Amino acid sequence: MFGDLPILSIITFLPVAGIVILLFIDSKKNSLINTVATATGFVTFILSVPLFFAYQENTGGYQFVEKYKWLESFGISFHVGMDGISLLLVLLTTMLSLIAIISSYTAITSRYKEYMITLLLLQVGMTGVFLAMDLFLFYIFWEIILIPMYLLIGVWGGKERVYASIKFFLYTLTGSTMMLIAIIYMAYMVKAQTGTISFDFIDIFKLKIDPSIQVILFLAFALGFAIKVPLFPFHTWLPDAHTEAPTAGSVILAGVLLKMGTYGFLRFNIPLFPDATVQLAPYMMWLSIIGIIYGALMAMIQPDVKKLVAYSSVSHLGFVMLGIFALNEEGLTGGILQMINHGISTGMLFLLVGMIYERTHTRMIEDYGGIAKAVPVFATFMMIASLSSIGLPGMNGFIGEILIMTGAFLSRPVYGILAASGVILAAVYMLWMYQRVMFGPMKHAKNSNLKDLNFREVAILIPLVALIMWIGVYPQALTVKYQKSVKDLMQLKSSRISSTADSIKN
Amino acid sequence: MNFSEYAWLIVFSPFIGFLINGLVGRKFSEKTIGLIGSLASTLSFVISVLIFFQYSALSQKAPIQIDLFKWIVAGGINVSIGYQIDSLSLVMVLVVTGVGSLIHFYSIGYMHGEKGFARYFAYLNLFMFSMLNLVLGNNILLMFLGWEGVGLCSYLLIGYYYETDYAPTAGKKAFIVNRIGDFGFLIGIFLIIQNFGTLNFTELSTVVAKGTSVGNDTIFWITLMLFVGATGKSAQIPLYVWLPDAMAGPTPVSALIHAATMVTSGVYMIARLSFLYVLAPETMAIVAFVGGATALFAATIGTQQNDIKKVLAYSTVSQLGFMFMAVGVGAFTAGIFHLVTHAFFKALLFLGSGSIIYALHHEQDMRNMGGLRKKLPVTFFTFLMGTLAIAGTPFFSGFFSKDEILWKVFNYSSLLFWMGALAAMLTSFYMFRLVFMTFFGEMRYHEHGGHHVHESPAVMTVPLIILAVLSVFGGFMGIPHVLDVFHVGNYFEHFLSSSVKDSLPIVFGTKEEWGTMSLSVIIAIIGFTIAYVIYLKKKYVPGDDSTIKGYKKVIYNKYYVDEMYERTVISGTIRISKTVYEYFDKLVIDGIVNGVGKSIRRIGEGIRGTQTGLVRDYMLTMIIGVSIMLVYVLVNKFMMIRL
Repeated sequence: MFGDLPILSIITFLPVAGIVILLFIDSKKNSLINTVATATGFVTFILSVPLFFAYQENTGGYQFVEKYKWLESFGISFHVGMDGISLLLVLLTTMLSLIAIISSYTAITSRYKEYMITLLLLQVGMTGVFLAMDLFLFYIFWEIILIPMYLLIGVWGGKERVYASIKFFLYTLTGSTMMLIAIIYMAYMVKAQTGTISFDFIDIFKLKIDPSIQVILFLAFALGFAIKVPLFPFHTWLPDAHTEAPTAGSVILAGVLLKMGTYGFLRFNIPLFPDATVQLAPYMMWLSIIGIIYGALMAMIQPDVKKLVAYSSVSHLGFVMLGIFALNEEGLTGGILQMINHGISTGMLFLLVGMIYERTHTRMIEDYGGIAKAVPVFATFMMIASLSSIGLPGMNGFIGEILIMTGAFLSRPVYGILAASGVILAAVYMLWMYQRVMFGPMKHAKNSNLKDLNFREVAILIPLVALIMWIGVYPQALTVKYQKSVKDLMQLKSSRISSTADSIKN
Repeated sequence: MNFSEYAWLIVFSPFIGFLINGLVGRKFSEKTIGLIGSLASTLSFVISVLIFFQYSALSQKAPIQIDLFKWIVAGGINVSIGYQIDSLSLVMVLVVTGVGSLIHFYSIGYMHGEKGFARYFAYLNLFMFSMLNLVLGNNILLMFLGWEGVGLCSYLLIGYYYETDYAPTAGKKAFIVNRIGDFGFLIGIFLIIQNFGTLNFTELSTVVAKGTSVGNDTIFWITLMLFVGATGKSAQIPLYVWLPDAMAGPTPVSALIHAATMVTSGVYMIARLSFLYVLAPETMAIVAFVGGATALFAATIGTQQNDIKKVLAYSTVSQLGFMFMAVGVGAFTAGIFHLVTHAFFKALLFLGSGSIIYALHHEQDMRNMGGLRKKLPVTFFTFLMGTLAIAGTPFFSGFFSKDEILWKVFNYSSLLFWMGALAAMLTSFYMFRLVFMTFFGEMRYHEHGGHHVHESPAVMTVPLIILAVLSVFGGFMGIPHVLDVFHVGNYFEHFLSSSVKDSLPIVFGTKEEWGTMSLSVIIAIIGFTIAYVIYLKKKYVPGDDSTIKGYKKVIYNKYYVDEMYERTVISGTIRISKTVYEYFDKLVIDGIVNGVGKSIRRIGEGIRGTQTGLVRDYMLTMIIGVSIMLVYVLVNKFMMIRL
């Protein structure tokens, strides 16, 4: 479909073009800034959609691959490619970035131009992370994200933004430092085994790594990824970052950034360190389960809606990790699908919280109560997002959760049983919050004059609702795209288990 | 024409109604909204009837499969959106769409003038859609979709009056208690996937029929876990607590969801999986005794309630207990039969109470009623028919079904039989207590300011009359063996036999059957007589809540089970969570993080200054950042060489 067109580079770097244009625009011309930013986001999104149809799911593997020489002497190249998993994540990124841009028209009042530049820069980093096939390139994109996200929280955030942004920065930097060391170590391992240094994923993939070293490398990567996910107990940056970030920041953070962590596990930890994966999977699963229950319990008692949704992310990402490390077809399929689902549902929840915040300037549950009467359209969308988030059958969340829980159960029944208890808790915190915000008599008279959602707001929510329903009814549209990737991952696991068994026998 | 090809329309017709009323209903008049909702449901009923006639004419009643498309496929899960028509699902579909349609029409009258009329009908149609998925789905996962879907609609409709405090609270309670049950249901599903590798009902039963290698222990856990789900949805001990609160919803909702259809899902589920349950006699015993205990326990609470809907709610819990008793002892047919007759008379009773509440402007306390039989003649007469049916008056529908259950239970365990018999006596007592307190004696309702009590409009009374006819004569489709003087046979049992067969061996003979039958009649008369003496002859009216003392107070307050749950489970969880949040999340984890970051935060204070700058400052920051990282890489490179 694309011939020789370097489509992946185009999608990754198109926002840079938008940034360049924005740099030359007078920062007072808000509507022009809007047009440029939105057009950039829109064109990128539109260009990414055909990938969904062009990707050959029967062939599987990496497609639309591009490889250019870059820092040759260091063994670093510009190497990008897309498999079924990154396909969906890139689409999620381009879609949510566009939505984030549109959702910011009225929410952001200061330094508007810089804000849009930051958002577009963020998009470059995220897209790059999901497409990079060179580990150094991956690292560069990974680190690029840190800066705009840091600024987004620190400049356009809420009251505690400085604390939150620094916490975010430190947490993430700590994690990525360990990862960097591991990456460089492996590049030199390639040199030791083949004679030339290389950061290329394919070369590193071919490495023979001693299982005990694998464990160390696994942990070095895992720290960076686990913080991003966040996996319990590395989660405490998340509630602060989410709460203080502006709406678009929260949407991107929850929708895409957290998935970089789970994507990292899928893309690097499992394929590169299969022996360590098999060995450490039970620990990962226990941490995931603790995260599911812990996140839900913490969500339940939050007085702040945004913090509640943030803690619910800890719980949901626990599900994703549980599915991935169940290392069976059900779990992996569900885990990957749930990455997308969480991006849609939680992204939508943050959008909604942001929309009501714009009107009331409070996120506290106690400042609401009975507002469904004043804002019925808002209440309806909030209900749909909440139900999707608690995994109601017929909606997207259910498909992911049932697959994950089945996978976990098949791996070991106790995992599935404990995870299923998270399903009860999700209903508790979500519906309790919903009731206290929406139902009952109007608690504060000033809320009775709240304006319901406007056309622009409804317009960005409807595609999300459509996706929630579509995935809920016909999840196969997405799952077939990455079925082959899942099979490859499992292949890897089973071959390693047998080779380990052989080595024990010998 | 093969009507079963249109079975999908049974399911999707209400869905279309939901979409129309949900999306654009607010713009329509009440009449249009009501008709769209009611006709969407009626269309389902008509198709069901056509399929029923075609299907019952078949000599070989094999299940008909209608697979629409693959839904979830991954590893051991491979399920379709697909429907299965057999005698069991047809019986259920007829009840759901038939009674459901009547209640839709009734609602046009009852909900007249309510805010959110379109919302109400949209939810009601969505409920029908979910319920039909539940009963027609050809696999457990699709059944579960319906199962949770009806739970959602129940939540939405209980909380229909969302501007109050009590209604949304009751709705939320219903949803969460049901989710606790669904936790069990899910584990049951996982176990089935793990051990059988299929969730399709027909495939499962084929595997089981061939003789499965799956161990008895596993089947015990599968069936027990699924039953945990049933105790939630069908309001059995220990998860029954949500149903009485669910009466906060509009009365037709109570009739449809919380009496006739949704709450019977658990009974249907067990009948649907009867081929598995019969392999787990321990589970069956648990089901039977939980059913028996619930039947008795709820009936005692029913005797002391003064809210007319609360009496009917506990009565429903109790009657559902009878159904579980039946399926637990292996008399699946009797359980489903009672499900059907109960749908008739309990829907009738609820709608009747709705007619009273409508006439009395939302008065529900029976202490403020009395003497209504002359004011509401149609309501009174139909309500009386419903009462006679539930009390087990000979030849009324409830008599046939309840008697059959008691007779079958007698063949299983005499203890269980006596529990059931006592519950039946209490049933007769509390129902006549209700009738006497509302329709007889002095009128205690004060008509104020031009509001005179008068009979409901025809759109409400006609459904009452239809249901009354069904309550009176509906039992004849399942005539017990000993009464079958004309040898017409038990049609119901015969029809169901192509999909569900009883597993209970009948050990006693005709003499005992006559015995239990006579006993159940005597019991009904005793219950009636006690109620007659207290509430009609002595004209006793319970006093204010504060005057209720002793054991009556304990029963009136439902044995304080809600309070116990509240104090232990609910506040316990919240207290633990708060403690963990304060001491672990904030103190331990964040303490470590902040400790590490403290020095760097000072640097952060410095950074804050640069944040006021222009974009080039940010760009500069970024370039510096990237440079630092590149230096870092090089430093690391040298470190590596030494390694």
